[in-house]
Amino acid sequence: MNAAQFLTIFISAVFIYNVILSRFLGLCSFIAISKQTKPALAMSLAVMFVTTMSSIITWFIYRFLLLPFNLTYLRTISFILVIATFVQFVEMVIRKISPPMYRFFGIYLPLITVNCAVLGVAVLNVDMFFINGKAAQGSFYYSAFQGICVGLGYTLAMLLMSGIRERLELCNVPKSIKDFPLGFIIAAIMSLSFLGFNGFSR
Amino acid sequence: MKKYFKEFIKGIAKENPTFVLVLGLCPTLAVSISVINGIGMGIAATFVLLGSNIIIAMIKDAIPDRIRIPCYIVVIATFVTITELLMKAYSPALNRALGIYVPLIVVNCIVLGRAEAYASKNSVKNSFFDGLGMGVGFTMALILISGIREFLGSGKLLDQVVIKGYEPALVLGMPSGALLVIGLLLGFFNLLKNRKT
Repeated sequence: MNAAQFLTIFISAVFIYNVILSRFLGLCSFIAISKQTKPALAMSLAVMFVTTMSSIITWFIYRFLLLPFNLTYLRTISFILVIATFVQFVEMVIRKISPPMYRFFGIYLPLITVNCAVLGVAVLNVDMFFINGKAAQGSFYYSAFQGICVGLGYTLAMLLMSGIRERLELCNVPKSIKDFPLGFIIAAIMSLSFLGFNGFSR
Repeated sequence: MKKYFKEFIKGIAKENPTFVLVLGLCPTLAVSISVINGIGMGIAATFVLLGSNIIIAMIKDAIPDRIRIPCYIVVIATFVTITELLMKAYSPALNRALGIYVPLIVVNCIVLGRAEAYASKNSVKNSFFDGLGMGVGFTMALILISGIREFLGSGKLLDQVVIKGYEPALVLGMPSGALLVIGLLLGFFNLLKNRKT
């Protein structure tokens, strides 16, 4: 476990392999909720929290349940069930503890269950930090950190996109490419500019 | 028979999952670098759609309403695991090319969307044809997108050189190319729709 490894994870998860712009995870919510900055921020924070927590939880499940009992083929089922249950649980807790926050996150929390980014980061962690059926050294910290970084990358892309789209509301756009198509074209240009970070990896 | 055909054809044109419903985009964009990948992903998703639609239509009366989503997810995840294991055994190269997007079929909105919107309300036979139609529609959309990207991005189709001495537009092989192609295609289909009305 060293600082350089953490820096590499940070840069590759936030910039080079940005969840949305390069891995295409969580694209549905990215296009649907990025019309205004405030809901975009709420969604991003909720995603960041859930990716971090699900990275931690799925690490424990993989390390202490699936690996020792040779059940790694149950990875997909167990991960998605745990994530769905966890999201439901968080929703209940937030509703009980803080109604204003519940209203702030509102409908976005249940949507996260089917957000590919959350399951994606769990599967990625397993692929990257468990080599030959063994946990690599410090894999727990790397997994948790990668969860945070993927959330950060999601937030970055979401805020950039919602800022641009708020401005676009005032523009005169051809009817056919309004909304979805234009969103994708903007995302394409953003993704192109993120290619500039590619040189960082070496 | 005609009724079933209608269920089947609906997924291909009128309610195409990719271009009309705009669902399940993550795998569509990520794997559409080459036509082979697109077809592989399409078949995998069709298999999962068919299986989950049939099972859910069978057990819809036994599932309590409040916990239906977790039940659907378990059924879908089972079929995804079957697909993953089959693909690992019979076509490891394809499995490597599709990578993490195979397990991610679980969270493909098309599958859960059809389970919730169609299979939970209709008979087994109807659900079978609905799943088949949606799967074929999804596969065709994938072939279209990956065909455009592979052709313009490398001058090849199905790994065969089509134009000799073609200077490839590399950007189409990159992530941004996928976003650009789907954006323009969606715009094009909207234009056709607007023309008609």
